[in-house]
Amino acid sequence: MIDLSWLIDPIYIVTIFFFIIGMHRMSHPLTARSGIVWAGAAMLLATIVTFFTPNLTNFALMAIAIVIGGGFGYFAAKRVPMTGMPQMVALFNGMGGGAAAAISAIALLGPATTAEGSLAVIGGLIGAVSFSGSIIAFMKLQGWLRPRPITFPGQQIANMAVLVLAVFSGICIILQPAWVPAGVAVFLPLFFVLALGFGLLMTLPIGGADMPVVISMYNAFTGLAVALDGFSFATPNYAMVVAGIIVGAAGSLLTINMAKAMNRSIANVFFGAFGATEESDVQIQGSMKPIEADDVAVMLAYADKVIIAPGYGMAVAQAQQKVKELMDLLESRGVQVKFGIHPVAGRMPGHMNVLLAEAGVSYDHLFDRDEINPEFESTDVVLVIGANDTVNPASHREGSPLYGMPILDVEHAKNVIVLKRGQGRGFAGIENDLFYRDNTRMLYGDAQETVGKLVQALKKL
Amino acid sequence: MIDSAAFWTAIYIVMLAAFTGYVIISRVPTLLHTPLMSGSNFIHGIVLVGAMVALGLATTPLEQAIGFIAVVLGAANVTGGYVVTERILQMFDRSGKKPQKEARK
Repeated sequence: MIDLSWLIDPIYIVTIFFFIIGMHRMSHPLTARSGIVWAGAAMLLATIVTFFTPNLTNFALMAIAIVIGGGFGYFAAKRVPMTGMPQMVALFNGMGGGAAAAISAIALLGPATTAEGSLAVIGGLIGAVSFSGSIIAFMKLQGWLRPRPITFPGQQIANMAVLVLAVFSGICIILQPAWVPAGVAVFLPLFFVLALGFGLLMTLPIGGADMPVVISMYNAFTGLAVALDGFSFATPNYAMVVAGIIVGAAGSLLTINMAKAMNRSIANVFFGAFGATEESDVQIQGSMKPIEADDVAVMLAYADKVIIAPGYGMAVAQAQQKVKELMDLLESRGVQVKFGIHPVAGRMPGHMNVLLAEAGVSYDHLFDRDEINPEFESTDVVLVIGANDTVNPASHREGSPLYGMPILDVEHAKNVIVLKRGQGRGFAGIENDLFYRDNTRMLYGDAQETVGKLVQALKKL
Repeated sequence: MIDSAAFWTAIYIVMLAAFTGYVIISRVPTLLHTPLMSGSNFIHGIVLVGAMVALGLATTPLEQAIGFIAVVLGAANVTGGYVVTERILQMFDRSGKKPQKEARK
């Protein structure tokens, strides 16, 4: 075969260039689509040119593995409905982490200097945690595991012990102390088992509504692991290093933003087992007042301005298409309709935006919490569809577990209609004061059905 | 990564890349957080390249087995990450003000 290995570095540089351009284009909705196409083309080039790396063998195995992995990724991603996107992102992210851990394992099996070994151990630890953690997140989002926090006594201590042991085994792999004759043969498998175990234990106590933070954090983890693995080769693979670090930095910032949006520290998200216990001793004045769909339809029809505040319940009920219909009907009657979207509504960052975009709601109707909050005062009707904690004024009450979380201030609107499946509490396990307010009415039922009824009633008016 | 020149080069690269990542995300509106996350999920699929090299240089059956797993996982990360991101962005495209494009399949 002709030696084309000189092509590798220039192509990798071009790849990174297009990754950056691609992600840059993703910062605006109109150019975003072309961004991923640019990045995709670059990735394809990088993959092809890698086949020319000197001294490679096992090409048949490589081809089979690519076909299996690529085929699985393609069909899984094509077939999943839009509501299943959070778990798909978690799953593919976990697989990247797993790949990074496996690369570390191979690097540690061969001869490695202390520096290379250390980087491979850290990369392996982060990658393995990201792998098992993401798989647990995937299972929780998919409903294969209970989405509520899974806790047991002494959990924090057990988790810490597993982490410390994993780090200890990692150090033993790097230093290969003389008092362990078998050395790597013992510690390498032990290290990975412990690292995988830690990822699993760390994710079990995290509840469903905290998943936006968790998913973006593991995304950053995988990026970091990939970057560290880039150094584990005899000649560092800078494409991996740069791409990995970019993802690591971007993911970390997104994680911090998500945690801020809930006014909680990242440590609290990961170790707080938030939502495991329910608040019980708070007395709320007033009562929940139910309302019928026909009455709501009349209110909406004669309103000047309506804001819709969606939450995870809209995703569960798959109500986004009906919501779009409702919006069109109202707009045709001259009612101004906007969407107020809380940064952590749903199960991944930007979840609600994706669902509404799928339903065909144009993005100039979608407003951020900070953009929409001043507008509630002048709003006639707010429709809260399947949201709970993100609109709970308990966050203004000192001592509440939600205290300090910036919410959508829907209570300031003239009328608030809450579409809700039943009378239960939100993810945080806290009574929602909003439901008891004088200007709030409860419209019970499955969100898709209820919005459907509203649409029917509006058509008759 | 043995001599000190290479070490410092690596530090420069890491620092600049971290800046790039930071700047890119701080410009992205909340609206696009999902595609951004899923897009960066695709970008770290570059791990496939490393997995291919690791498998290609593997000599023992154990190394080959681990390398094989690495490539399977890496390939799934890349293709899955791409398809998910593309599907999400397609919807923003459609919901935008531009004339509707035919779905490219």
